[in-house]
Amino acid sequence: MKRLTTSAMALALLANTAAAEGELVIYHWFEYIPAELLEKFTTETGINVTMDTYDSNEAMLASLKAGGMGTYDVAVPGDYMVEIMTNEGLLDTIADGELANKGNIAAEWANPAFDPGRTHSIPYQWGSTSFSVNTEDYDGDINTTDILFNPPKEISGKINMLDSQGEVLALASLHMGIPQCSNDREQLSALNDMLQEAKTHWASFNSDTAKEVLVSGDVSVGMIYDGFSAKAREDRASIKYAFPTQGYVVWMDNVVLLKDAPNRDSALAFMDFMLEPENIAAVSNYARYGLGVKGAEEFLDPELASLPESNPPATAGAGAFIAVCDEATQAVYDQIWTNLKN
Amino acid sequence: MNVNTDIKTYAGFRFITLLCVVILYAPLIVVTIYSFNASDSITTWAGWSLRWYADVFTGPESAKFQQAAINSFSIAIIAATVSTAIATASATAIVRGGKYRLRTPSLALITLPIMVPEIVLAVATLIFFNAIGFTRGYVTILIAHIAFCIPFAYLPIQARMQGIENTYEHAAMDLYATKAQAFKRILLPLMTPGIISGFLLAFIVSLDDFIITNFVKGAGIETLPTAIFGSVKQGLKPNIMAISTMLLSLSVVMVTISYFVSKFDNTK
Amino acid sequence: MAGGAASGGSVASDTYKNARHWLLMPSWLVLGFFVFAPVCVMVIYSFLTKEFRGGVTWEPTLAAYDQFFFDRGLFGDADPTLQWTYIEIFWRSIWQAGLATILSLLIGFPTAYYIATRPANTRALWVFLITIPYWVNLLIRTVSMKFLLRDEGPMNNSLLNIGIISEPLQIINTNLAVQVGLFYSYLPFMVLPIYAAVDRYNFTMSEAASDLYATKWATLRRIVLPAVKPGVIAGCILVFVPSLGAFLAPDLLGGAKNFMIGSLIEEQFKGNAGNWPFGAAASMILLSMVLVLLMVFAHQQRRAGATT
Repeated sequence: MKRLTTSAMALALLANTAAAEGELVIYHWFEYIPAELLEKFTTETGINVTMDTYDSNEAMLASLKAGGMGTYDVAVPGDYMVEIMTNEGLLDTIADGELANKGNIAAEWANPAFDPGRTHSIPYQWGSTSFSVNTEDYDGDINTTDILFNPPKEISGKINMLDSQGEVLALASLHMGIPQCSNDREQLSALNDMLQEAKTHWASFNSDTAKEVLVSGDVSVGMIYDGFSAKAREDRASIKYAFPTQGYVVWMDNVVLLKDAPNRDSALAFMDFMLEPENIAAVSNYARYGLGVKGAEEFLDPELASLPESNPPATAGAGAFIAVCDEATQAVYDQIWTNLKN
Repeated sequence: MNVNTDIKTYAGFRFITLLCVVILYAPLIVVTIYSFNASDSITTWAGWSLRWYADVFTGPESAKFQQAAINSFSIAIIAATVSTAIATASATAIVRGGKYRLRTPSLALITLPIMVPEIVLAVATLIFFNAIGFTRGYVTILIAHIAFCIPFAYLPIQARMQGIENTYEHAAMDLYATKAQAFKRILLPLMTPGIISGFLLAFIVSLDDFIITNFVKGAGIETLPTAIFGSVKQGLKPNIMAISTMLLSLSVVMVTISYFVSKFDNTK
Repeated sequence: MAGGAASGGSVASDTYKNARHWLLMPSWLVLGFFVFAPVCVMVIYSFLTKEFRGGVTWEPTLAAYDQFFFDRGLFGDADPTLQWTYIEIFWRSIWQAGLATILSLLIGFPTAYYIATRPANTRALWVFLITIPYWVNLLIRTVSMKFLLRDEGPMNNSLLNIGIISEPLQIINTNLAVQVGLFYSYLPFMVLPIYAAVDRYNFTMSEAASDLYATKWATLRRIVLPAVKPGVIAGCILVFVPSLGAFLAPDLLGGAKNFMIGSLIEEQFKGNAGNWPFGAAASMILLSMVLVLLMVFAHQQRRAGATT
């Protein structure tokens, strides 16, 4: 019967995908790596790539802990998340010599505090997180975190925040001038109150559409990553990236080898591939972020060096990495975030 | 004598019906129109073009959507088939099995997936697979779909079976047919419209499902709704509009099929 | 619909009674294992302890339910006061689902009635028209609505061009958008059961009322409505229950700022929060509410002796 043949075909398809050789399963940020680069990887190595995406470090962690371990080979966490994942035992160790291109890592990124000696990760891209303003809607001074947390009337209600606990709370702490893993109850209560008040001025919490809502005019101000903002500016020239005097968040994303990776060799091949200056430059050219590999200058788009998003003015505050807090302190910050989202 | 002509018509009902149809179709029609937009940006109109349909099949994201479509359809066909078979068996037992204690609990169990809000079902299934260590993947999606398709297949089948008098089967058995023969050659053929309805309903429900699939799918596995969701989260792009138009056409086809099937049913 | 299922056919139908246990076994196995068991596991999880940064440890506790109902301050050691946040979220969801149901009823009932009273050939066409959007993926329908309503979208642009408004209507990211989204998602579910009920309604009753000098609207209110009540109630339930647990509409149309129950639960498992026991507890509370509602409905059905 007709139904029988269809089922037979379906089963054959299933078997086919299961038997394919050279697989790699990547867990990656959304809209970050160009599809052509992955195709190039497949052509060079014969490894088939499947990619799932996430929109925040915390969502990635939640998914991995919810049964994702053992199904993904590599992920791309930010600096503080690498530390957290190491503490949770989610990362596999890369032995000496397993990565042929390890020497390509630029000196300043070779021994970070979150992964000494780079035994679990390789540098990927780095950048900053702040916010952008559509200067058609507001032409005052944008280099202050007041725009997000204490906005002037004309932009109130037209602000999008990233759905990312680490970055929002870090920016909020910078705004209030308090340390990131504070234990001072007064400071924490003040932070909570400030955020609750600021929330009334926000339109939405969304990371995936951070660029789109600015380009389409749905919001006038959007918390956003620097490279993402540069891409937004290509579609709408009036979008300006801000460097608040109070400071802003800086980050480095890394490709990590996950524990129980089903295709460990493919994962290492991918990491080697990403340490080639030409390949990582392709990511930078697409995503508009910085990279951590030597010898990539000749492959980079010359425009990148002069992007306003990567060149903070002299008035800018200091860039701050997100800090990892201990369990007791983290519980309070989790509660502040929950209060915010509800 | 009847000054007030038609007791069936009420003023304003017709307007509201038209309003209803407009509301139901407006977003879909707008999206369909914009799917033919020649421009890159979705906000400005630049003339008619089929480029986005070509993009769906040959563009950078086409491989992902094609695989997702294959997954969706294969899961839907398998899940609909299996759940319809299970539903037919269960309906026979409930409608034609006499009265027994397990009958009401069985009926409750079968309709349970419809009673439980979908998000609760999705969460429960996720927790369950995690607790028993069942790695999420294609198979987990398939199992979850079979389970929640059963009530959708069941309801039309039961409705149909209830409408068929059991005199036909009894007549067959009077003529020395065994119960199995009576089932296979009398009841089953009479049931066909109900079974087809149930299958189609289960098929569409499985094809359409997003929430449960999103929770129980494994790494790298996408179905059409989850792939669309992933893409749409970053903003509605024209190729998604093209996909939406194609799915709309598919639904027109499916509804037409089920319409003709029900017209074909002349025992009504 | 549910009522009819409960009565399930004449008692004398026991043709296959010998095979009935075998026939029922597949559904018991599949549904028992993959629907009933998961719900039980979820109940258990709601009483476990949340592990730091996601996951559960097998220590029984009431912490999840406590978090739902009691506010112990930012630092967890203040005196417990009633936690309004989650009750508010549930209340907001009930209210939004209720409003969506009423909207669907106001539009859906006249539509269903009108369609059911068309001559047979056009009636099929109308049903056709109403059913087709239902078969289109809910996700796509929600996103299409978002595209239509956005600040610089087609609706605002046309209204601006015609001159009815001078500034774009800011609908997206508000409660109104969520309302419209819910109503739009489940409208066909309201129309079809009412249509089925009106289809079965015997119009000679209306004629009789008219003969007794009742106005059309009085007939509608006192004769037709009670007669088609099961269909109306079925439609309301079919809109209310899914709206209650929805998270696509509040997420895509509401800006993810105002949580409904569905968003709250989703955040615990797929989002940043990672609090599984709490998510399980919220799910249990939602499930209990829905089951109570359905039991009340079933009880009313039995008492009224209605056979749908």
